[in-house]
Amino acid sequence: MLSRVANSIYWLSRYMERAENVARFIDVNLQMMLDLPSGLNEQWQPLVSISGDEVGFQKRYTAPTRENVIKFLALDSENPNSILSCFRAARENARTVREVISSELWEQVNTSYLTVTAAAAGPTLVYSPHVLFTEVKKASHLFDGVAEATMLHGEGWHFYRMGRMLERADKTSRLLDVKYFILLPSLSDVGTPLDDIQWAAVLRSASALEMYRKRHGHIVPEDIVEFLVLDGEFPRSIDFCLGAANYSLHAISGTPIGTYHNSAEQRLGQLRAELAYTDRQQIMSRGLHEFLDALQTKLNLVDQGVFETFFALRPLGSDAPDRAGQ
Amino acid sequence: MKFELYETADFYDEMFISDSTPRAGAQLLAERIEALPDGELLARQAAAESLLLQNGITFNVYNDSAATEKIFPFDVIPRIIEAAEWEWIEKGLKQRVYALNLFIDDIYHQQKIVKDKVVPEYLIQSASSFRKECVGLNPPQNIWCHITGTDLVRDRDGQMYVLEDNLRCPSGVSYVLENRRIMKRTFPQVFEASRVRPVDEYPSRLLSTLQSLFPVAMDSPKVAVLTPGIYNSAYYEHSFLAQQMGVELVEGRDLVAVNNRIMMRTTKGFQPVDVLYRRIDDDFLDPQVFRADSLLGVPGLMEIYKRGRLALANAPGTGIADDKSIYAYVPKIIEYYLGEKILIPNVPTYICAEPKELAHVIGNLDKLVVKAVNESGGYGMLVGPHAAPEERAEFARRIQENPRNYIAQPTLGLSRVPVVSNGRVVGRHVDLRPYVLYGSDIYVLPGGLTRVALKPGSLVVNSSQGGGSKDTWVLMH
Repeated sequence: MLSRVANSIYWLSRYMERAENVARFIDVNLQMMLDLPSGLNEQWQPLVSISGDEVGFQKRYTAPTRENVIKFLALDSENPNSILSCFRAARENARTVREVISSELWEQVNTSYLTVTAAAAGPTLVYSPHVLFTEVKKASHLFDGVAEATMLHGEGWHFYRMGRMLERADKTSRLLDVKYFILLPSLSDVGTPLDDIQWAAVLRSASALEMYRKRHGHIVPEDIVEFLVLDGEFPRSIDFCLGAANYSLHAISGTPIGTYHNSAEQRLGQLRAELAYTDRQQIMSRGLHEFLDALQTKLNLVDQGVFETFFALRPLGSDAPDRAGQ
Repeated sequence: MKFELYETADFYDEMFISDSTPRAGAQLLAERIEALPDGELLARQAAAESLLLQNGITFNVYNDSAATEKIFPFDVIPRIIEAAEWEWIEKGLKQRVYALNLFIDDIYHQQKIVKDKVVPEYLIQSASSFRKECVGLNPPQNIWCHITGTDLVRDRDGQMYVLEDNLRCPSGVSYVLENRRIMKRTFPQVFEASRVRPVDEYPSRLLSTLQSLFPVAMDSPKVAVLTPGIYNSAYYEHSFLAQQMGVELVEGRDLVAVNNRIMMRTTKGFQPVDVLYRRIDDDFLDPQVFRADSLLGVPGLMEIYKRGRLALANAPGTGIADDKSIYAYVPKIIEYYLGEKILIPNVPTYICAEPKELAHVIGNLDKLVVKAVNESGGYGMLVGPHAAPEERAEFARRIQENPRNYIAQPTLGLSRVPVVSNGRVVGRHVDLRPYVLYGSDIYVLPGGLTRVALKPGSLVVNSSQGGGSKDTWVLMH
């Protein structure tokens, strides 16, 4: 497969997953804010912080109000990671690999792009933001289902899967981090019903609440961390995502799992081993936020490894291809 | 609605003999459309347009920053060509392409036709599409123009003419296939029983043609389509053809010359390519040979091509045969190489490089259509009768400045077809671009792209100038 094509497929799925997760972020915050006791101010700055796009926000917006933040994260075409921009980038990438992906997949990407653009032009977002976010999640799920059911499960599909899973691992870690940034009214509120309500909102935003209940029952922060970070069966848990990404990575290269022949395999293998031998007490005692932060840095290194290994092929003396995508 | 208010006016109509009488081949179609419930024709038209948008069947318009991507407007009433007429068109196109290929081969070798004074030497030497780098090249089986799109028009009296030849990178065939698919989905009741010749085999014909080019005998040569990239106006078609043939779509930056082969950068290292269906102009193919500032091509490509380690379709240099002043000589070219009379006539053409003809053109700009010899897509042209006096003056200046760059032709009363417009059926001018493949034999796709000038009265059918298209039905015997 052409390196450029593999790169586009990888980013196509990353952008689609990213759009879905931005919708989930906003959704979790909306839910949490609705549950705050009256008299307290809504907190929207944290969403900007975890998105990693603070500079862009400060340049063009005065205050992190609910309206500004939602606009910035959902529909701002100048924010490269807004939902709208993600859909646009996903579609541009799909357009460059239209001959490789199935027609059905292309039509799915194209149609959802048209839907989201139309929504962006209308007043939906102000009056009923959930409508748009539900639409975005549905589009992303449909996209995943169409890819699964219509693409050859060969190299291209594995790039698709790897991109999707690495992106999801990163975003689940950020979703969990929202809770760290949202301040409770006072320290003594830790462990109160309000705290529980917020944790439940985090789970719900990861479509995880019901599955969590089956596994652990009561809302206990350590159990939630265990579920979203270490669970081997929940498809949005970080460990699950990295396992799937690793499987696809090795399917692409043909290297046996458990060994490595390139920087991507080495870094992802190390990260997986670390998770495999970590327990929740260690995560909590080190500090959840610090743990997640370090994890995100290591995920970036894996992504760099993927780029160097598969996309940046250059012959002697020629110029380097652009780092497309991100 | 439908046809009761339709007027054929003073033009040849492709569907009707007179206002209310359909042509023999269009009888069934007219009946079926008349039998549709009220509003159905419009509903089908809307459904077809929304399908095109959903499928993202679009093209890019240059000089239009607001919306760079547009759907190619599609009209649901098909254009019909009867079997006997098609047989004649097919014969005429084969004759033309066969002779033009001999011409190109001659021009890059002995130039016998020039020495015999059939085509003037100055025209060849001054042609910007003549590539001295190609002199002496021997493409496989001496075939240069593997893919040709020839534009045909019909004048008021019903006579078909060749309007121009496109031997470089003719585009539009993807719309032929997509239009048919859309037609089958939106109008099955009209389609069935009409005995229309299928067009679906084009991609596999194209693939066989391309595979037949690889100079060294080989089981399955690796074919790829070379595109300038996503911002090219025909990008959709490039990806469509690659997808339909099941081959790679590559850009210049995916390719590199290594050890006398053209290689693709893949996730598993470099892999060789044997045949490139290139959709970029000669100028941009290889910065070491042609334009040095080209970022679209591959340095070293021409050297590998010359050594026979790579096949290109079309061969570099074919543009000499679609220079619009060479076009004027095609009847003589056919007679010279084949000893035959031309089957589908040319439109009479004035070559501005000839002083006598130049004077006639300048004096009659209000009656003529003027075209730049190397432009396509409806750019660089003047439709005299429709132009403002200032535009004509501007063109007169340009022609006198560089007469070699222009030709002129009488303004034809192009034939018309019924199209759905603002809830009514009205007549609009059309042309027809059939596609010809030249590999181990010459194949003409039964059908072609019928382009419609959607603006009332307009004679310019190019998509870049507001044209649309229709499905073209060639009927079986």
